[in-house]
Amino acid sequence: MAERCAVIGVGQTKHAAKREDVSIAGLVREAAGRALEDAGLDWADIDAVVIGKAPDMFEGVMMPELYLASALGAVGKPMLRVHTAGSVGGSTAIVAAHLVASGRHERVLTVAFEKQSDSDAMWALSVPQPFSAPLLAGAGGFFAPIIRAYMRRSGAPDHIGILVAVKDRLQALKNPYAHLHIEDISFDMVKDSIMLWDPVRYLETCPSSDGAAAMVLVSERVAESSTSSRPPAWIHGMAMRSEPTMFAGRDQVNPQAGLDCAADVYHQAGITEPRRQIDVAEVYVPFSWFEPMWLENLGFADQGDGWKLTESGATALDGGDIPWNCSGGVLSSNPIGASGMLRFLEVAMQVRGQAGEHQVENVRTALGHAYGGGSQFFAMWVLGADKP
Amino acid sequence: MSPAATARAAVRPVGVVSVAQTKSVRREDHRNEVEMLMPIVTEVFANIGVTKLDMGFVCSGSTDYLVGAPFSFVMALDAVGVWPPMRESHVEMDGAWALYEAWTLLQEGEIDTALVYSFGRSSPSQLDRILALQLDPYYMAPMWPDPVALAALQAQALIDTGKATEKDFAVVAARSRRDALGNPNAQVAKDQSPDELLRDDYVVAPLRRHALPPITDGVVAVVLAAEDRARDLCDRPAWITGIDHRIEAHALGARDLAQSPSTRAAAQGAGVFDASDAVHVDVAELHAPFAHQELILREALGLADSVAVNPSGGALAANALMVAGLLRIVEAATRIMDGSAGSAIAHATSGPCLQQNLVCALAAEPSGPTGKGA
Repeated sequence: MAERCAVIGVGQTKHAAKREDVSIAGLVREAAGRALEDAGLDWADIDAVVIGKAPDMFEGVMMPELYLASALGAVGKPMLRVHTAGSVGGSTAIVAAHLVASGRHERVLTVAFEKQSDSDAMWALSVPQPFSAPLLAGAGGFFAPIIRAYMRRSGAPDHIGILVAVKDRLQALKNPYAHLHIEDISFDMVKDSIMLWDPVRYLETCPSSDGAAAMVLVSERVAESSTSSRPPAWIHGMAMRSEPTMFAGRDQVNPQAGLDCAADVYHQAGITEPRRQIDVAEVYVPFSWFEPMWLENLGFADQGDGWKLTESGATALDGGDIPWNCSGGVLSSNPIGASGMLRFLEVAMQVRGQAGEHQVENVRTALGHAYGGGSQFFAMWVLGADKP
Repeated sequence: MSPAATARAAVRPVGVVSVAQTKSVRREDHRNEVEMLMPIVTEVFANIGVTKLDMGFVCSGSTDYLVGAPFSFVMALDAVGVWPPMRESHVEMDGAWALYEAWTLLQEGEIDTALVYSFGRSSPSQLDRILALQLDPYYMAPMWPDPVALAALQAQALIDTGKATEKDFAVVAARSRRDALGNPNAQVAKDQSPDELLRDDYVVAPLRRHALPPITDGVVAVVLAAEDRARDLCDRPAWITGIDHRIEAHALGARDLAQSPSTRAAAQGAGVFDASDAVHVDVAELHAPFAHQELILREALGLADSVAVNPSGGALAANALMVAGLLRIVEAATRIMDGSAGSAIAHATSGPCLQQNLVCALAAEPSGPTGKGA
């Protein structure tokens, strides 16, 4: 039987296009130090460290966790390095949580990062491979046709993506850690931004960021004796699912792995009506149109109706009944390897009531979501204010 | 280095119930990673009459830098064909750590089986260049120190303690390659005396050719199962009685290279020592890519001379990167499953000069060789 596990500390960096003031070690230590401080723990209190990031070529350092062992206080301890594509930040938190849930450890530090300015992600994504069509256009080129397929299938009007882009950037203005703070963001500004991968405009895509995220995950015993000034955020469910990149039976618009992962995590958390039971969600939306797509995949809306929720304002922090990405989301900060963990971390902040200006009132239950690869790897958790 | 707080809950018995590996080769020219993995994944299931649908979890270990492409594990996953979608994860580490992740998940009791695999095709790469990129990117990597040079620093540090000589390195290499003659999957197998080997030239003093691992392409796969499921699938599972791992500082100057405290701490965490600090096992498969590293590991583990070390030939006989550590667990488990050993320890390493180490204790009985478990 799995042990209970809770988040008692969170930390993140100020995300930016180039964090030239810190090394990679300095970047991860900034987030990890804040998480420990929040938890009221010191480096020596930690039993094990689990770190994740996206491809090593994004910085040009092979297996950088080896070099980061000292900076993260891992010397003499177990250290694991997770890599599951764009979902990695979420997967890393889940692997760390299982070290507690299995009874193996009581205090685990988990960290995820990307320092994109050290290399060129577009290049790293486009290395030519034998017998494979070169991608050359990065992730946007891969996802644009899938978005187009969603638009055709659902009959969504063209401006829905713009609404998401504006909403998330407005919410980012309330998050001091967000990379993008576009004070005068507007519908017309997004609409008039250059078309990158039709139908995805420049301002409908995520930035390239340097940044890190960290959390302290602990056992029930440690959570209940914690000196942290904030209450624990309890894990009510966590799940991962993967499916192949491509084969003829695959629906890339509404992937089965996402449906299965959501069903699993909802079952664990006793959620049967996501829209009613989940107070706030941080969902991996790197291109604006993924909000309506994931609204459907995660069961917040019926098939074909996700865009109607977005259009109605239901997902906005200001007045919506299911606020999504109150932090500004991936559209406002995208240190790739950390982007998934930021989703998981932001819902911990919401449950613990520490989200500041982007806090939703009375959060009891929250969903963190990450996806990666060609919409094929999913990681999710549900956190709650009450002990499960 | 003391064991971290571990294992509050009772350990659930989990065993290795099936293994499969490629023959290790210097250069696999005709198959890519997926094509190498597919027959091995098929074999590891066929051995025990299961399919991927019977697996509760899939976990793999590999590194993008060997393949020269980002997300290389994504392509490799096609060897399993995760449809319907599966619970799956990946570590950018040797497959031994993927096995650790799977073992951890099995401890929770919600799943009973897991597939673990790793792949490493070292031949297309310039290993001296890519392994230099594993070093501190600001203070070490710009000087491009290659792995043989770093290992030579460690070997010299060991010689300087007076605990070993170049002759001892040659004895390790001669024994390993001779033992490899009995391993049909080994890459480098020959019968040469230590004195013959000492006539080799230095590659980087004090390491001669024989003290270096070969460059190897290979893949390996394991099925783990818990409790009754393990007994159903296998007449004689190799039970994991303890498993743990530790990392040391990266900076070589911050470590005593002639010792491996992280191996010792991992072994303590895996519960391999008895009350008098001795290890009672029949076999030890140690991931020592360079001959002198076996001597450091033997000391860290306090192995008696009676223990058969690396009967497979070890990493001196085949060293596919990201595979060789998991392969040690496979070789140790094989000897328990075939009845030739009652207990074993397997060790895996990662990083320059034995920076990170994992120890896995295996036995024919879930309670372990000394009856006390982990």
